[in-house]
Amino acid sequence: MELHALTIAQAKKLLADREISSVGLVSAMLDRIEAHDAKVGAFLTVDRKGALAAASAADARLANGEDAPLLGIPVALKDLLCTTGVRTTCGSKILEEFVPTYDATSVDMLKKAGAVIIGKTNMDEFGMGSSTENSGFHVTRNPWNLDHVPGGSSGGSAAAVAARMCTASLGTDTGGSIRQPASHCGIVGLKPTYGRVSRFGLVSYASSLDQIGPITRTVRDAAIMMNVIAGHDPKDSTSAAVDAPDFTSALAEFDANGLSGMKAGIPKEYLGMEGLDPEVEKAFADARKVLEDLGVEIVEVSLPHTDYAVAAYYVLAPSEASSNLARYDGVKYGARQKDADGLIDMYKKTRSKGFGPEVQRRIIMGTYALSAGYYDEYYGRASRVRTLIMDDFAKAFEGCDIIISPVAPTPAFKIGENVDDPLTMYLSDIFTLSANMAGIPGLSVPCGISETGLPMGLQILGKRFDEMSVLRAGYGFEQSAPSFPGLPEL
Amino acid sequence: MRFEPVIGLEVHAQLDTETKIFCSCSTSFGASPNAHTCPVCTGMPGVLPVLNHQAVTFAIKTALATNCTVARESRFDRKNYFYPDLPKGYQITQYAAPIAEHGHLDIELEDGSEKRIGITRIHMEEDAGKLIHDPDRPKSMVDLNRTGIPLVEIVSEPDIRTPKEAGAYLRKLHAIVRYIGVCNGNMEEGSFRCDANISLRPVGQEEFGTRTELKNLNSFRNVEKAIAYEIQRQTYRLEEGHKIVQETRLWDTARNRTASMRSKEEAHDYRYFPEPDLVPLIVDDDWMTEVRESLPELPDAKKARFMEQYDLSGYDAAVLISGRSLADYFEAAAKGLKEAKLAANWVMGPVLGLLKNGEITIENVPVNAGQLAELLKLLEANTINAKAAKTVFDEMVASGKTPAEIVKAMGLEQVSDQSALDDMVTQVMDANPEELEAYRGGKTKLFSFFMGQIMKQSRGKADPKVITQILKEKL
Repeated sequence: MELHALTIAQAKKLLADREISSVGLVSAMLDRIEAHDAKVGAFLTVDRKGALAAASAADARLANGEDAPLLGIPVALKDLLCTTGVRTTCGSKILEEFVPTYDATSVDMLKKAGAVIIGKTNMDEFGMGSSTENSGFHVTRNPWNLDHVPGGSSGGSAAAVAARMCTASLGTDTGGSIRQPASHCGIVGLKPTYGRVSRFGLVSYASSLDQIGPITRTVRDAAIMMNVIAGHDPKDSTSAAVDAPDFTSALAEFDANGLSGMKAGIPKEYLGMEGLDPEVEKAFADARKVLEDLGVEIVEVSLPHTDYAVAAYYVLAPSEASSNLARYDGVKYGARQKDADGLIDMYKKTRSKGFGPEVQRRIIMGTYALSAGYYDEYYGRASRVRTLIMDDFAKAFEGCDIIISPVAPTPAFKIGENVDDPLTMYLSDIFTLSANMAGIPGLSVPCGISETGLPMGLQILGKRFDEMSVLRAGYGFEQSAPSFPGLPEL
Repeated sequence: MRFEPVIGLEVHAQLDTETKIFCSCSTSFGASPNAHTCPVCTGMPGVLPVLNHQAVTFAIKTALATNCTVARESRFDRKNYFYPDLPKGYQITQYAAPIAEHGHLDIELEDGSEKRIGITRIHMEEDAGKLIHDPDRPKSMVDLNRTGIPLVEIVSEPDIRTPKEAGAYLRKLHAIVRYIGVCNGNMEEGSFRCDANISLRPVGQEEFGTRTELKNLNSFRNVEKAIAYEIQRQTYRLEEGHKIVQETRLWDTARNRTASMRSKEEAHDYRYFPEPDLVPLIVDDDWMTEVRESLPELPDAKKARFMEQYDLSGYDAAVLISGRSLADYFEAAAKGLKEAKLAANWVMGPVLGLLKNGEITIENVPVNAGQLAELLKLLEANTINAKAAKTVFDEMVASGKTPAEIVKAMGLEQVSDQSALDDMVTQVMDANPEELEAYRGGKTKLFSFFMGQIMKQSRGKADPKVITQILKEKL
């Protein structure tokens, strides 16, 4: 039995039946990391000691007959989530030595649910990027084809799951950073509704858009993870005071009643969009057919402000980032450059040397957009666009339960291909970032593989706090789609 | 050309909550550096603010006590700037939508008339930390204990015209925030701080001149002195044909002058934008009612009531209401007396005489209001006379015994018995024939000599009223 290939649901059963041990499972993952991560580059920090200790503790609890939702399951965390005593770099040189003194709420909940934290995964610096090439440390490669990017910014978390170096992982999604790498790596990623999962301990990139979510092998595993991390947190004023449902019951609902009666909207603005890869277009058409065969009624909807979404997003997100990243100035946080001549020079050297070019670009954009005399033209206008996009979705959802689209316009591109072209990179977020602007949930589920062997994903968006419809449709699709190659060989 | 000063004040008052505005760290003063800090107030990556309910209640109280309109919905913004005492690189404040607006305070001018000073707005914000510069060390140190202490900033309209008016407004505001218990008002510890905006304009002109902002005004006196200095400085500049430069100036306490700190060009662009980590602050009717009902009687209302209820002069009432505890003390001491004025005199005289800066306050003065009331009742009932009463009071301070005990032990009951006093008067007249003759010859001033002799003989216990009557008859 290949322990590393197990899903959460499979591993949980074997652990409960005492057929495998958590130490065995975690060791298999550690061996896998040892063997393959030099070429994949999914991890920034592997907590071998901590993971084995937590696995032993889990085994003791299992031997006692205890049960917990993730007891003994190895999970990796995007390195943007704070972990007590384990460094949290955010993929940035400026935080290379930063060791938090507290756990993010989501991490705390994982630990309480018995999960074993195996390590911290690579990412685009502070979440800014779509390829994980913007990491301050090293690039992460796509396990399906090492010449290609895994997507980003949660590229390390997605690659680690696809390469079976952990059973599941957490990512964060500000404009598509969970869904797009999940799509590029042929796995499942869910960005929950804004406010569904506490952001406390998630190092902010753009506070009003950031959301933590699971990256898993299957839709069922995503639902199991959601049951652990979702819920109101008094430490996060923007977390919603809504009770979290049992997300796995969405799956039972499909098993019992299928998808008939469900309506899926396809935004007319997304069809025939310039830059849409023909293979992506075909995979999406095939996916649509699968859903129709399951009894889903496809309707056309309209999101008239789609054209403005990318521009507005790239005003709002950098504006918030310019403020969120101000604390890395070398005084209390951020690796201080020592050869400075006075305070201002220290600020300049620390931030010029500590931040990578993409982060600096966004800080400059955001600072400009917020400055006196430009605020109304940029931040103010972008905020109004955001409201219009929210209204678009609200209106579209009057006629459907879910909205479907490709996750990304193309399969994963080659490493280095778009490095000098930030605009193309920004435009590749077109299908995903609107969900962040509107605060709605979105799922990425594998729907095809290109001729060159790169996966492509189907995006399913839902109404605010209606992850249930999204999971039900995603699970139905996953169960019914023609066989997918599964996992890449390494 | 004659110029008219236009002055507006910005007051920062620290709200006297137990914990900080966005975390549960203590706000108490004087702890060792960085003892009162946590990941939230030190801005550790990933943390989020949670608004302190008590701080909002205190801000609403302040708003109601200064006649402001409280916003049902207000919001927080980020004010972005780099400084080592600001660990997040931004301050959370209320910029676009403050908690309260459109208030006023009425101040009393020297001629006794009243003037209304408008209050533009009150907003909530977090305090920054403190830098410690030790001349013996090459580095500056940062103390973040103060970071995140809740503040309200109270911004006045530019309605103030003189340093005296500024002082009166500030003292009044200071009394109010202490009265309602939202701020301890300690200016030395920085719990109550004031910045002043000053400009001049030719008398009769409506348009404002260029203003300067004064900082570091850490006492009422310094506020008045600094404003007076700045008015004079600007007057000279204008009279000499110069223009006023818009800038921030620092009051130099040692040299009694203001000096430029930074010009408008060097001023920060704070890049305000809505704080995405907090939701809008909604103050509903229940919350407003709860706060309104918890408000104590305010100084103005109390003064008017004292004048009316106790028949006190404006001056006496003003002294007695200057602190809430003092006013309470007075009311307790006056309870049951026919003449409240008697209590007023005693409180403003002997009792206030006992207070020592900081050590002895009205809360722990050795004679409490109940004991004083007992003493004053003895006085009012003619059981003792005024002179004896002072003796008893001093003994109460020294021994802590009750007035009745002291009067008994010292034998201080007033002698009002007609026949006993008759004898005493006769004796004194017999013993001083020369004075008697002189008095009868027209030296009526000697009346007080006889009074004195009799009081001496009675060891102060004789009832002066009765003696006066007898003396007048016999002399």
